[in-house]
Amino acid sequence: MYNFEYHKAKNVADASALITQKPEAKLVAGGMTLLPTLKQRLAKPSDLVDLNGLSELRGIKREGNAVAIGAMTRHVEVAESAEVKKAIPALAHLASHIGDPAVRNRGTLGGSISNNDPAADYPAAVVALNATVITNKRKIAADEFFQGMFETALQPGEIVTAVSFPIPEKAAYMKFPNPASRYAIVGVFVAKHKDGVRVAVTGAGPCVFRQKEMEAALAKNFSADAIKSIAQKQDGLNGDIHASPEYRAHLVGVMARRAVTAAG
Amino acid sequence: MPNVTMTVNGKKMSGNVEPRTLLVEFLRETLGLTGTHVGCDTSQCGCCVVHVNGDGIKSCTILAVQCEGADVKTIEGVANGDELHPMQAAFREHHGLQCGYCTPGMVMSALDLVKHNKNPSEQQIREWLEGNLCRCTGYHNIVKAIKAGAEAMAKARP
Repeated sequence: MYNFEYHKAKNVADASALITQKPEAKLVAGGMTLLPTLKQRLAKPSDLVDLNGLSELRGIKREGNAVAIGAMTRHVEVAESAEVKKAIPALAHLASHIGDPAVRNRGTLGGSISNNDPAADYPAAVVALNATVITNKRKIAADEFFQGMFETALQPGEIVTAVSFPIPEKAAYMKFPNPASRYAIVGVFVAKHKDGVRVAVTGAGPCVFRQKEMEAALAKNFSADAIKSIAQKQDGLNGDIHASPEYRAHLVGVMARRAVTAAG
Repeated sequence: MPNVTMTVNGKKMSGNVEPRTLLVEFLRETLGLTGTHVGCDTSQCGCCVVHVNGDGIKSCTILAVQCEGADVKTIEGVANGDELHPMQAAFREHHGLQCGYCTPGMVMSALDLVKHNKNPSEQQIREWLEGNLCRCTGYHNIVKAIKAGAEAMAKARP
């Protein structure tokens, strides 16, 4: 690992000021991606600004018809939260299958979505649940937040503080995990809202995306049968040693049907 | 170099570290607590699992400076003097190891599991061990040991 200067942020404004002053600085949340990246010398930040210890960024609150989760809330806290299990069980289920227990004890919601790994689980939940990403500067709609591989709408100095997840009528997340890393080879989050259905796919492409053909079919008839004949196009999907684009396209259909069935 | 102070196995310990020093490096190289192993150094194998403020975490994926003021428990802090912890005794009884390299991480993860689930099923134990790799045993005896260890811990509780 290359050396860097370490700063423990005193509050969000302090963290934002530090990363604004130092263009090569990086924020560290759970560090579950950043630290392995640094150890492999794939990144060389001048400074690390640590958000651990900012208790104002942690916690789970029911707010009207939504559940707001602080950016520094660990995966284990979401997985075990009685509030989340009651309001959006699919979200607790998703969190309980990220990585492994030691990763879930450190990894955070804000870190996961800000990194926007193409195979991360949380982006699928944020998009399918039509969540709002709250930062120290503004509110960003899920459809605008994820912009490409490891790319988000976050601007310099901008820090995710929380995510507000509207409570759907029903929802489920199904993933086909890589057996070693538990990252999604393909993961599909299906959510039925009062005003329509959203189907978000992670792992398959360079960035989470909505399967709008399935959304339209499920809005008319929320059943696995309704999407049986919809084939995901292979164009632009990821191909690597784990799965070809053809296989991933096939898995999108399988995981979507399983998710619809699981949602009930 | 920053000075870092933390409680390790009940004792206050401090040392000078570089910002990039990992917790596992601090434990092994500064404090000489070599029971915590580094198997992969890529955050996958779980040999380096220790408890920080009660949570099982990979000590190769956290900086020592991030543990300032933390309460850290390593495998060296599990036994009560010469008396093995019931989980350690179960690993011995059920031969839950061959070469022993992954064992410290296995025991620390097993204790974290019991914190979350006092009576884990075989399936739950296998799922919990997703982050702990053993290249010798095929896991069968580790799973048996954890089940027995959890039961022994339940009995030992008043």
